[in-house]
Amino acid sequence: MADLANLHLTEDEVRKFQADLDEILVHFDRLNEVDTSQFDAMAQVLYEAEETATLRADHPRPGLGSELALANAPVAGSGYFKVPEVIKH
Amino acid sequence: MEIAAFTIDRIRDGLRTRQFSAVELATAALEFAHAENPKTNAYLTFSEERALATARRVDEQLARGEDPGSLGGIPIAVKDVIVTKGVRTTCGSKLLANYVPPYDATAVERLEAAGGVIIGKTNCDEFAMGSSNENSAFGPVRNPHALDRVPGGSSGGSAAAVAQGTAIVALGSDTGGSIRQPASFCGVVGVTPTYGRVSRYGLTAFASSLDHIGPFGRTVRDAAAVLSAIAGRDPLDSTSADAPVPDYLTHLDGKVKGLKLGLPREYLRDLTSETGDLIAKAIDKLKKLGCEVRDISLPATDYAIACYYVIATAEASSNLARYDGVRYTFRTASSESLSDMYRKTRGEGFGAECKRRIMLGTYVLSAGYYDAYYLKAQKVRALIARDFTNAFAEVDAMVAPVSPFPAFKIGEKIDDPMAMYLSDIYTITGDLAGIPCMSVPCGKTAEGLPVGLQILAKHFDEARMFRLADAFERAGGAQN
Repeated sequence: MADLANLHLTEDEVRKFQADLDEILVHFDRLNEVDTSQFDAMAQVLYEAEETATLRADHPRPGLGSELALANAPVAGSGYFKVPEVIKH
Repeated sequence: MEIAAFTIDRIRDGLRTRQFSAVELATAALEFAHAENPKTNAYLTFSEERALATARRVDEQLARGEDPGSLGGIPIAVKDVIVTKGVRTTCGSKLLANYVPPYDATAVERLEAAGGVIIGKTNCDEFAMGSSNENSAFGPVRNPHALDRVPGGSSGGSAAAVAQGTAIVALGSDTGGSIRQPASFCGVVGVTPTYGRVSRYGLTAFASSLDHIGPFGRTVRDAAAVLSAIAGRDPLDSTSADAPVPDYLTHLDGKVKGLKLGLPREYLRDLTSETGDLIAKAIDKLKKLGCEVRDISLPATDYAIACYYVIATAEASSNLARYDGVRYTFRTASSESLSDMYRKTRGEGFGAECKRRIMLGTYVLSAGYYDAYYLKAQKVRALIARDFTNAFAEVDAMVAPVSPFPAFKIGEKIDDPMAMYLSDIYTITGDLAGIPCMSVPCGKTAEGLPVGLQILAKHFDEARMFRLADAFERAGGAQN
């Protein structure tokens, strides 16, 4: 699961989380006691309007600009975010 | 200046009659907050420059005889999951320890447009995940009423700042009780508005179908004034509701006689005796005010914790995927490949609770488990929401406890995540249903620990919720 979530864990963390997650997932299994055959999944919290009601007019607005957008990057250069080499020659 | 005793009205009066200037008030509030912070660790960052710039603007407006706005000159603290342009916003995480946002959240813009003076950013559980504020990478917040106890979470810093009086009001965020529970533990008023009432543009996303921004205050009136200033449609948040925002202050008229209040019986079973006694006394006070109290049932409550933690962790695992070492300040010192960089950055950057929730969320969304957990939880959520709709056909509002117990000791529950999750039982249902709810102080235990009474109302019915809370407060609700 940690692999799927892109999380590097230590051995100690693996042991601790295994016990925690087991206990929590057992609690989650309670949901199976509920008859939900009459219910649709609640994907929207409050929504009684037309689908387009929340769209705003498509007027362009100035963006942040690359200098500001990159200001928090751990490594940036030449107007780009920099990451470790992805494809080896 | 007795800042700790000030209300918004007192400050407006003081500014209008030139007893003090907004700059003097902001300076005094900042000095007070600096002096108090070693005790509670409520603030992570102070925004002196920005506070004084706004205060100067307010003073100039006052000098010209203009109205500086409904929050003109009011010292305000903002939870550190809400972005502030040019002021560090950490989300309580090592990953964002040096993050300086390039824009303001809409709620922050609206506070300042109303003249509010933002003095600092408050400590919180990492990415708002927690019920005790112990999950902050910058150390726990201590409860101003008992320094060895938690202030509640995740908006513990905002609640503590208002309780100690360094801020008059504050913004927090609530996904499963993160405003109401710390408000209850710290003896202040905390409000979770209707889902969509306040724009989340600039609120760092935790669980998008459950996240709310809401105010803290020492009085119902102060909290209501802040909500009036920040609520309303925002084109930058498509989930913000296009519904008219009343001036909540005009509804604080004490007219609660004949109001029908529901008391959900599922919420009274597992209280500590002191919390139970204080809630019973609060209900007596409401009856004396002329409210009709009747028993109601919310039968799906037993499944609320499981439902909430499936949905919240699923959405969190998706929302936190962006912290991968590319855009947001923190990256592991050494990595061999891109995926190694992702994994190490996240492994080193996230604290234990975030990791736990990311893994739970990844699990419930993964192929083969999606239907059994995530889809099932969304259906149970519809059932929980229907419980409320049915109950509100019979009553105008509900009253309930906020938490089964008052503030606990720092360290007491941190090693037992399941016990911590179970303590959210009375607050998560309101978030799941999307209804407005709040905590208002209803007395203290023998040890002096505050307890909050929760009021829950119909969608967009904050006005009635505030009217009831205000009448309760004025009738001495906070006294035992």
